Amino acid sequence: MTATDQLLFQGADWDFRTLQKICDTCEQVACDELGLNVYPNQIEVITAEQMLDAYSSVGMPLFYKHWSFGKHFAFQEASYRKGLMGLAYEIVINSSPCISYLMEENTATMQTLVIAHAAFGHNHFFKNNYLFKQWTDADGILDYLEFAKRYVAHCEDRHGRQAVEHTLDAAHALMSHGIDRYPGKKSLDLRAEEKRAGRRRAHEEAAFNDLWRTVPGGKVKSSAILDVERRRQMLGLPQENLLYFLEKTAPRLRPWQRELLRIVRHIAQYFYPQSQTKVMNEGTATYVHYRIMNRLHQQGRLTDGNFLEFLQSHTNVVFQPEFDDPRYSGFNPYALGFAMMQDIERIVTDPDAEDREWFPDIAGKGDAMAVLRDIWANYRDESFISQFMSPRLMRQFRLFHLHDDPEERAGILVDAIHNERGYRRLRRELARQYDVGFIDPNIEVVDVDLAGDRRLMLRHTVVKGAQLTETDTKRVLQHLADLWSYDVSLVEADAAGTVLKEYVAHPRNLAAAA
Amino acid sequence: MAIHIVDRRLNPGSKSLENRQRFLRRAKALVQGAVKKSSQERDIKDVLEGGEVSVPIDGMDEPRFRREGGTRDMVLPGNKKFVEGDMLPRPNQSGGKGRGAGEGDSEDTFRFVLSRDEFVDLFLDDLELPDLAKRKLAEVECEGIRRAGYSTSGSPANISISRTVSRALARRVALRRPRPEELAALEAELEDCSEARRVEVLAEIEALKAKIKRIPFIDPIDIRYRRFETVPKPVAQAVMFCLMDVSGSMTEHMKDLAKRFYMLLYVFLKRRYRHVEIVFIRHTDRAEEVDEQTFFYGPASGGTLVSSALQAMHDIVRTRFRPEDWNIYAAQASDGDNSYADGEVAGRLLTDKILPVSQFFAYLEVGQENGLSYEMPNSALWTLYEGLRANGAPLSMRKVNERSEIFPVFHDLFQRRTQQERTAS
Repeated sequence: MTATDQLLFQGADWDFRTLQKICDTCEQVACDELGLNVYPNQIEVITAEQMLDAYSSVGMPLFYKHWSFGKHFAFQEASYRKGLMGLAYEIVINSSPCISYLMEENTATMQTLVIAHAAFGHNHFFKNNYLFKQWTDADGILDYLEFAKRYVAHCEDRHGRQAVEHTLDAAHALMSHGIDRYPGKKSLDLRAEEKRAGRRRAHEEAAFNDLWRTVPGGKVKSSAILDVERRRQMLGLPQENLLYFLEKTAPRLRPWQRELLRIVRHIAQYFYPQSQTKVMNEGTATYVHYRIMNRLHQQGRLTDGNFLEFLQSHTNVVFQPEFDDPRYSGFNPYALGFAMMQDIERIVTDPDAEDREWFPDIAGKGDAMAVLRDIWANYRDESFISQFMSPRLMRQFRLFHLHDDPEERAGILVDAIHNERGYRRLRRELARQYDVGFIDPNIEVVDVDLAGDRRLMLRHTVVKGAQLTETDTKRVLQHLADLWSYDVSLVEADAAGTVLKEYVAHPRNLAAAA
Repeated sequence: MAIHIVDRRLNPGSKSLENRQRFLRRAKALVQGAVKKSSQERDIKDVLEGGEVSVPIDGMDEPRFRREGGTRDMVLPGNKKFVEGDMLPRPNQSGGKGRGAGEGDSEDTFRFVLSRDEFVDLFLDDLELPDLAKRKLAEVECEGIRRAGYSTSGSPANISISRTVSRALARRVALRRPRPEELAALEAELEDCSEARRVEVLAEIEALKAKIKRIPFIDPIDIRYRRFETVPKPVAQAVMFCLMDVSGSMTEHMKDLAKRFYMLLYVFLKRRYRHVEIVFIRHTDRAEEVDEQTFFYGPASGGTLVSSALQAMHDIVRTRFRPEDWNIYAAQASDGDNSYADGEVAGRLLTDKILPVSQFFAYLEVGQENGLSYEMPNSALWTLYEGLRANGAPLSMRKVNERSEIFPVFHDLFQRRTQQERTAS
């Protein structure tokens, strides 16, 4: 066989036969040589406009209708047209089959890169990482989204667009606090959820009897006898999943409103692992595409020219500007993830004395892919960084830690740098930046005043003096009060229990919610 | 493992269209305000092009719980000279401190692009054509003809040959009419066959011929005629007359104002009618129909006789635009000068000839830049038209001095009104 026979393609053009060939070859390398375990792949070629569409509905192929997605679309379209923003080369969806969207404008090299990156890198991560296994149901997500879309449309027909929009607005405002952070007893099965909702509706319709409305209610139990502890236990308090709490206990929500809250909550939960594994996810995908592309070049399946094109865009992707660079906007997850994966490969195959001291478990083990596969399966960003950031990498990135205390008049303290004394502190602080426990404000429902005016009481536990922004908080609480339909109060207190600030919101229209 | 590759490019695009419309509906008041504002800044031609508007984010925001302030720890890449324990001076107004409470959003306005249609829609949204129900003209419809299937009777000119022939064929097949080939085959057999057979064949041929005769190739019951029916057709075309005084007293500025008004009217009519024609009539002491370029920029001088333009318009309507077939709109721009003697002629022309056939007649009095309209005495033409209006002639009249007044005036003229307001205005 001559060299040209082995080439996947030449130049920049591709057609669907080329794509198929690229996929097959990538699959060989990914599954046989790297030992990846992936969901079946589905690759869809789309236009720039369709990519913008996908952007505005959080990357999902189908989604319910809401004005806020239109707003994002308008905004992104404007910045895309002005050339402020390039579009991603791909979007990949955590589902089975795993759907990757490829832009039609990509060159053949870019398509190869993107297929290796998304259809094998991300795909493997989705299928194997423990967070995704625990929190998401790749088989059911597309069906569930389809259900959600239909259900929302159905509600709009029955109850009016205004009412649905209002409920969704409120639910979206609380989306970041609609997540279970700790695994419960039951794992999520989205198909069963959909069936359950249908059954419940059918039962309600079958069992509907207008006479029940006229039956006088029983005597209200004297709430005085319910002591605080028992009440809190019955309501499942304290509860940090605000949407769940409202869905289950808000007194005057209609059934369909509860179902909408449930839908928003499930979707938030579905995205929860992605926000915790940004660095690892991108690192994995970048590492995988780098390995696959190099292998293809070695095998003579890519020309030198195409390989150079790949290297150029790869280098752009993993570029990390320094802190004083105008382009700096935080850590680039691709750069950090890729650097760490490569560093681990080095530690496993070619460790030095320092590595043996820091990473006795993996240093010199020899099989880099086995170690990496294990890491990809069992860590999230925070634990990954706190375990595997090596001193060598900290020196390479020249990391340093700033401690900014507003009380300190003299300025900002350089607390640690990349030296022997600083490694562990640097690593701990960096890991903390990726800890979801610190990223979202910690807000819980602490009590409901059942004896009095049914006020819902929330508490924000202030960490390191960072308080909630006032305007936004008022608006969110307004939405919360509308759903709860009685007063809502939020107390900001620090660890010692000192109250720093208190908010109260009143529901806007009791009649509308009733 | 099978890999599916799907080409989605041909899928219907603009999946986000509905979300976008919802967004625009929700932001309508805000966007409309922005559209009005931006349309005052730009040329009328550009108004048609749509484009970028920015709306305040207020009311369109999606609030979330956010935090700010407090002690911050950060790990950064790219250390060059810092060592542990260094104190760095804070940059002026360091982030997190200088911001007022609640500025969670990094931007307080939100810019996005409206398409041409969206822009014009929003811009003209609360305007409507003057309702002329009281005049029969608005309801005049002409009759159109359209195909409506087939019928068994009709004029020979309307015979549908293909339908008729296919029905005949069906009938011939159903009744088993012998085909000519069968007859030819028998006759060929007749040529060389035994005597006994000959008699049989002859009988068969006879039978076939008889059958062919009984079953005609085309029977009257096969014949079908194309049927037509008449349908009422709304008048979907409009003509717009632009009348302008081009005598020496009209300055460039005044013409510019008039031009802007005409263009707006054109855009507006264009949205309502499939076909809009424009007729430009300029006049001094005599009127002529000209093309657009000459109309706005051609030099002319002379006295002023408004009636000449009205007469010209009347002639053109009579010869080219039958009021039954055309919606007629007219807008007249002038600085208000007219020779005193002409007043009566013009008034009569207007009330007797022009207004009865027009859907709408607007008079726009353009003034000097920086001129203050309320300080000027009413011009000859204004006084004349006001008199007509007082006698119940359906005329709209406005005064304009500044470019920025064009939009409000236009808006005012076509604003959606309640019945009472309409009769009052």
